[in-house]
Amino acid sequence: MAAPKKALRTDEMVLSMGPQHPSTHGVLRLELKTDGEVVEEAIPHIGYLHRNFEKHAESLPYFQIIPYTDRMDYIAAMNNELGFVLAVEKLMELGGKPIEIPEKAQYIRVVVCEMNRIASHLLAFGTYGMDIGALTPFLYAFRDRETILGLFEDICGARLLYNYIRFGGVSRDLTPDFHHKLRRFLSKFEKNIDTYNTLLTNNKIFLERTKGVAVVSVDEAVQYGWTGPNLRGSGMKWDLRKDEPYSIYDRFDFEIPVGETGDCWDRYKVRMDEMRESVRIVRQALDQMEENGLLDDPNYAAKVSAKLRPPVGEVYFRTETPRGDLGYYIQSDGTNVPSRVKVRSPCFTALSAMRKLSRGLLVADIIAIIGSIDIVMGEIDR
Amino acid sequence: MKHPIETAAEHIRATAAEATETLNLGGAWPAGLPLETVILLALAVIGIISVTVVAGIPIVLVLMERKVSAYFQNRLGPTRVGPWGLLVTLADGIKLIFKEDMVPPTSDRKLFRLAPYVVFAASFAVVAVIPPFQSTVIGNMDLGLFLYLAISSLIVLGIIMAGWASNSKYSLFGALRAAAQIVSYEIPLGLAVLMIVMTTGTLNMQHLVMDQADGIHAWYMFRHPFLFIGAFIYFISAVAEVNRTPFDLPEAESEIVAGFHTEYSGIRFAYFFLAEYANAFIVSAICATLFLGGWAAPFPFLSGVPGIVWFLGKTMFLVFIMMWMRWTLPRVRVDQLMSLCWKYFLPISFVNILGTGVLALLEREEIGAQLGGLFLSADAVSWIAFPFILALLGWIAHSGTEPVRRPS
Repeated sequence: MAAPKKALRTDEMVLSMGPQHPSTHGVLRLELKTDGEVVEEAIPHIGYLHRNFEKHAESLPYFQIIPYTDRMDYIAAMNNELGFVLAVEKLMELGGKPIEIPEKAQYIRVVVCEMNRIASHLLAFGTYGMDIGALTPFLYAFRDRETILGLFEDICGARLLYNYIRFGGVSRDLTPDFHHKLRRFLSKFEKNIDTYNTLLTNNKIFLERTKGVAVVSVDEAVQYGWTGPNLRGSGMKWDLRKDEPYSIYDRFDFEIPVGETGDCWDRYKVRMDEMRESVRIVRQALDQMEENGLLDDPNYAAKVSAKLRPPVGEVYFRTETPRGDLGYYIQSDGTNVPSRVKVRSPCFTALSAMRKLSRGLLVADIIAIIGSIDIVMGEIDR
Repeated sequence: MKHPIETAAEHIRATAAEATETLNLGGAWPAGLPLETVILLALAVIGIISVTVVAGIPIVLVLMERKVSAYFQNRLGPTRVGPWGLLVTLADGIKLIFKEDMVPPTSDRKLFRLAPYVVFAASFAVVAVIPPFQSTVIGNMDLGLFLYLAISSLIVLGIIMAGWASNSKYSLFGALRAAAQIVSYEIPLGLAVLMIVMTTGTLNMQHLVMDQADGIHAWYMFRHPFLFIGAFIYFISAVAEVNRTPFDLPEAESEIVAGFHTEYSGIRFAYFFLAEYANAFIVSAICATLFLGGWAAPFPFLSGVPGIVWFLGKTMFLVFIMMWMRWTLPRVRVDQLMSLCWKYFLPISFVNILGTGVLALLEREEIGAQLGGLFLSADAVSWIAFPFILALLGWIAHSGTEPVRRPS
């Protein structure tokens, strides 16, 4: 009698998705253990964009670190600069040598950061559409992003990596027609957001693809250290611009959009709504500049020595970038070179939940998750 | 019983003799060549010409897609090669022909080489049964519609070959998705076609068009409500058949790179690419022929306009709708794709078949004349019942189907 046939043994198929892949947002590599279309586990592998930022920073004068911060989250370089600059300024203040920042510089910083937030969220919106399979929103988003980048080019000559925000102010004054151009863009852009919502946000297929996918509760989100739009998507009202106001964010009136369930659609929608709030902030900033006669004020930066030597001490300072809390820890030994710089990356914590979120979903959902947590590998790998 | 080839040869000989007589070519045959050789040569020439013309379709369509997508996306599209970028597809084609013929070393070489031709041939062969105008079909056969269903199913064979032979995981994913998708959607598609056959009792495409030639009210789409719904089911299933957005899962570039043709490059890739557009054209042409009257004019007073204009106009309109969908909609997920087919289209199709059958029966048995004929024809009654039919279908679609559940 023949032995009873063993059941057919099947193995999971390991699919190495990335680092070169159309929708891993940079050079993320995901090791997918798949059973047909179902993903049993997705293990993210990072480090393909590691450039040794923190070690580099230990051998550079403070001024020369600013351009390196641009290259972390290259989608929102202004916000990264602001975080570092504010941290160093805080360090100076703690050591009893505060830098007086001109009013105009404060406003310019807020304006460019919020503009960059819009640009960053536009990219998130466009690429998310592309991840889900709609190619047109991407082009629409880039049309508006192009205007913002053009404005940045006007004021600092660069379109992606600005090196614009400096200790004590900014590197250059605004161009004379900057605020006209910006206002024209804002009024056009506000209408465009409605178009985007019609085109993608409320599309039936899009809703089917993103609603209820990868739900993260508030507790889970906090446990994973999620911040920014991802945390707010889960329903927690946490925004450093409101909760720990830095720079001059306490002078503006804006809402913090939050999601309800914490699925992919909520995280995406928070970004869409945040763009509107950013428009509001930029408008108010421009209004206040105009009211206070700052537009014609030539004083856009305080004089800071190129050999900036913060007093001995340490500081941890965090700001709200488009991706969440970006924290800089800086230790100064009194020389013009920091003895330690450490970055707390919001994208890294967001990606750390990937393994848990992706269990049992489909391959297409993995893409939906990556897009919804809006990671930038430059910041994760540093 | 005679061998079919002999029958065919006799048929050809008879036709040729007839043609010789009609065209008065009596003494004009080149000396020394037997009639069969001349016929073969003529057939070859006609074949080459028609293949060239047919191959031109996807080239036009590729340009159209690039222009349409460009205008949807606030771009200009190709403008540099030729006036208004007209020659850009040709330039692309030439580039692809001159590219190195790459075959991955780990692939199954024979299958890998063969697959593009299978897809290409299968999609182009279907053109034979489509009547582009009144007098001509390349192959005017009584089983035309059946041939279309039979041959177009071969495409999936080529796709699976390509995905398997590539020996790449992404290709395999694409091929399996394609297999599941195309085979599934063939069912509602076939059922929609079946409704037409039930109504008319013929599979000959030319006869089908002639039956619709009276005007817009005679088009099958507007015959009765079941066919109206059937037309939509056919078109959506056809979009899924040819793997276009929102059903482009087999080549979903954000998920599985390029699906089954990930490993292909150069002219072999071009074969897939052209076949894809040829397919889009063909399913649109079939849809136009079956549901929108083919080459027939919508109103009798317009019948002076050549049939090819109507045929191409209707087909291109449907192709444009496909492109419109592609550049507007996101992509569905694989489980949603399947649930749409099995949980919605299939039950609706069955009800459609039932309704069509009842109407056909009423017509044939002249029961309709006794019942509805008191006031109206059965078709008119069914149009009045249209909202109720829609409600019924909606109820069927929703009852018994629960929301798509996550597979975990």
